[in-house]
Amino acid sequence: MNRIVVVGAGPAGLAAATAAAALGVEVVLVDAAPKLGGQFFRQDALARGDRFTLPFQVEHVPNATVWAVEPVAGGHRVHLRIGAADDPSRTGRVLETRALVLATGAFDRALPFPGWDLPGVFTAGAAQAMAKGQGVAVGDRVLVGGTGPFLLPVAASLAAAGARVVAVAEANAPVSAWLSDPAGAAAGGRRIPELARYAGLLARHRVPYRRRTAVVEAHGSRQVEAVTLARLDREWAPVPGSERRVEVDAVAVGFGFTPQLELAVAARCRIEGGFVAVDAAQGTSVPGVFAAGELTGIGGAELAASEGAVAGAAAAKRLGAVVEPPLGAMARVRAGRRFAAALAAAFPVRSGWTGWLREDTVVCRCEEVDLRRLRAAVEERDVGGVRPLKLASGAGLGLCQGRVCGRNAAVLAGLGDTAFARRRIASPVRLGELAAAEPEVESADPPWSAAAERGFGQDFG
Amino acid sequence: MSPIESADVVVVGAGIIGAACAEALSASGRRVLVVDRGAPAGATTAAGEGNVLLSDKAPGPELDLALASRRRWPELLESLRGELGEALADVEWEAKGGLVVATDQDSITPLRIITEAQREAGVEVRDLGQAAARALEPHLTTAITAAAHYPGDAQVQPVLAATALLAAVRARGGAVCGGTAVEGLIVKGGKVAGVRVGGEAVPCGAVVNACGPWAGHFSITAGAPIEVLPRRGMVLVTAPLPPLVARKVYAADYVASVASGDVDLQVSPVVESTPTGTVLIGSSRQRTGFDESLEVEVLRRLARGAVRLFPVLERVPVMRAYGGFRPYTPDHLPVIGRDPRIPGLWHASGHEGAGVGLAPGTGRMLADLMDGRRPEVDPVPFRVDRPALMAQIKA
Amino acid sequence: MRVVWDGEEVEAREGQTVAGVLTGLGVRSWRTTRGSGRPRGLFCGIGTCFDCLVKVNGVPDVRACQRVVADGDDIRPQSGAELPS
Repeated sequence: MNRIVVVGAGPAGLAAATAAAALGVEVVLVDAAPKLGGQFFRQDALARGDRFTLPFQVEHVPNATVWAVEPVAGGHRVHLRIGAADDPSRTGRVLETRALVLATGAFDRALPFPGWDLPGVFTAGAAQAMAKGQGVAVGDRVLVGGTGPFLLPVAASLAAAGARVVAVAEANAPVSAWLSDPAGAAAGGRRIPELARYAGLLARHRVPYRRRTAVVEAHGSRQVEAVTLARLDREWAPVPGSERRVEVDAVAVGFGFTPQLELAVAARCRIEGGFVAVDAAQGTSVPGVFAAGELTGIGGAELAASEGAVAGAAAAKRLGAVVEPPLGAMARVRAGRRFAAALAAAFPVRSGWTGWLREDTVVCRCEEVDLRRLRAAVEERDVGGVRPLKLASGAGLGLCQGRVCGRNAAVLAGLGDTAFARRRIASPVRLGELAAAEPEVESADPPWSAAAERGFGQDFG
Repeated sequence: MSPIESADVVVVGAGIIGAACAEALSASGRRVLVVDRGAPAGATTAAGEGNVLLSDKAPGPELDLALASRRRWPELLESLRGELGEALADVEWEAKGGLVVATDQDSITPLRIITEAQREAGVEVRDLGQAAARALEPHLTTAITAAAHYPGDAQVQPVLAATALLAAVRARGGAVCGGTAVEGLIVKGGKVAGVRVGGEAVPCGAVVNACGPWAGHFSITAGAPIEVLPRRGMVLVTAPLPPLVARKVYAADYVASVASGDVDLQVSPVVESTPTGTVLIGSSRQRTGFDESLEVEVLRRLARGAVRLFPVLERVPVMRAYGGFRPYTPDHLPVIGRDPRIPGLWHASGHEGAGVGLAPGTGRMLADLMDGRRPEVDPVPFRVDRPALMAQIKA
Repeated sequence: MRVVWDGEEVEAREGQTVAGVLTGLGVRSWRTTRGSGRPRGLFCGIGTCFDCLVKVNGVPDVRACQRVVADGDDIRPQSGAELPS
């Protein structure tokens, strides 16, 4: 079988699969969720059917975890476990492909603060997933905090699910930030009116929107009972005297997003500035591996879909399909990237957050490594790299493998902040699953041509 | 003031061997500069399990060095405790013992032959039957046919161990510089006079090549090639578990796998818990140069071996696999001593997977040789110009 | 559909995750950490943080936010590090 493998069925993956299928190429679309759409188009899991339909050339493999990507001669082997999440009874499948599209997306970045490990503190993405996907609000009185436009739809979803959103605390000062790059903001197309609509929605729900404000502590013994909100200065240091206590039973925080890099790292793709480096055809530094969506930079669903369309066409071309360069999608990608750059500039994470922590504040949630232990590793043991930092402090050695703490621990230790993304096993598998006989490899048959080797990025980019 | 101005000795490589050499040299009063092109304790050392083993060594020079090192480790940690304090000297030392198990009839006799020989060489080892072995390790498979218990086997956490040794070097006035590549030796009058670092000359009287798997590369840069090659090993790490495996437990064929010189993949199950509750599953050996890419088949074979020894592991999650390169020599013996071609150049490498265990003995041997003292262990088998290694040296 | 939560039968709907069922019941925490025994529950909600671990049918270390319930599932809180039963 000669087909593309797309990992991730969010906006980028859906667009990649659809674009490749439209060119007559078969696609296997692999995703962890039962339904299509990813985090952005999160579907109601309790409703019947699927909102999305795919062309017949696309085989959708739901409930599938890619636990390893293995480079082999001429392509890659994608190792799946399919079935109930984390269950030893999952079945295996191994797909070999000469054109792999990675659209694995991103997850919320959470910054640590005292009390952030209490039950009732969630990421903004958790609040969103529970409200949209499971029809349940994570609390009755919820404070939404962090930075970025994503906080608005999260607050709206919480309100729709019946929660009282006490406030939205935005750590940056977005209006002045947007004004600093009006052309970039305008490149966002539908995004600005969409955000205005959310803002209107929140105004109708009487949800206060507080700029330069953050949750700097959560209080409670067994779960969150209140938070401390503080005004922030330009660098996010709390303004003395501005702290006030707010009674809540849940907090949802998000400080932008971290790309899910491990499959790209396993495929040996070059990472630049924390994201997968791609050419104009979404090709990575590794021939036959394409990346689209948040993996290549945080830019939202529209940009992700445009990148997906380009990646799908480029992957199809690699398999020998006759492909006209998708100039429209490529132009949308360029515009989307300008918007993404404006977004990144408007909603940065400022250095002052490190001052929210106390010596006993947990940095690594899995291994319960606090700031004191992390600092001891750096200062007393003079640790200068991520691997020794992990082993000397314990941070990043737990089940999440540094997904939550990695960037924060790296900043606190003064190290480069993507070095935690190397995870050879991309998702835990049970030993018995590994020990079982390897499923028969579904091989990739090559219709090999020199033209197919060359992406159109090199022709038209 | 930059720490890199001059030194008595420059140790190249801040892994466990470089750290142990630097510690021993600074203990005898030398001002030592340790440089590493990467992060200290960040390569082979960070990918090690921290084995301090007697059980896997047949009688011979390596076992002699292992016995001396095993005696030295607790003394060394005790002195570091006094010098650096409790926290820094805590390297998760566990004198946990080892258990070697045979899982078929054919392995019983070879196991008994080796334990008998080890006993004569001074290793404490008890031959056990199935029931006694399972009394020590209740989760062990019922399929074992014989076992040997080595109370002297121990474990340390290698990054903690190396960083503690390096802290001692700093405390004695030495310096450790990560992210610093040595570009070459400075040789004057046929002798080492310094090293070139970042385009600058650092005068020194001696240089120690402790580059582990990259010792061969460095020896070429230094103009005195030795044959040290990378041999790759992978380890699986489970999610944290309740106490499950008290000792280091491995199959009897591990010894043969260690001693093999095959280029092909060798896998032999080694299972042990760490203080955080994770279970480490080794071991694989593969000579594939410095290729780092994942091979799922290696992981599968590691998993099969572990589940065979401990069936309870079958439904336990594996959360991590890590790999590293170990320094391999054609005759399986470390290289410790002076380079006869360039006076002032010394080598300490080639320990393969035993570097953590052999580190204190190696450091001491090197310091004794440099000071002109008679080493506790005969250094002749480890010398740089020994026939087995010399035969491999290409100009 | 019915599942068992900590020994008690509860209603569940097709498509619900363990975290969805428990959040609907008002349960905030269903695991304790192995180090200091602190309570934990849902955090990231999308499968990346491994904080919401729970035991399902005797198997620990199952992410409650990713696991879709099946009729009759026996779901129990997880206490620190546990072995499969």
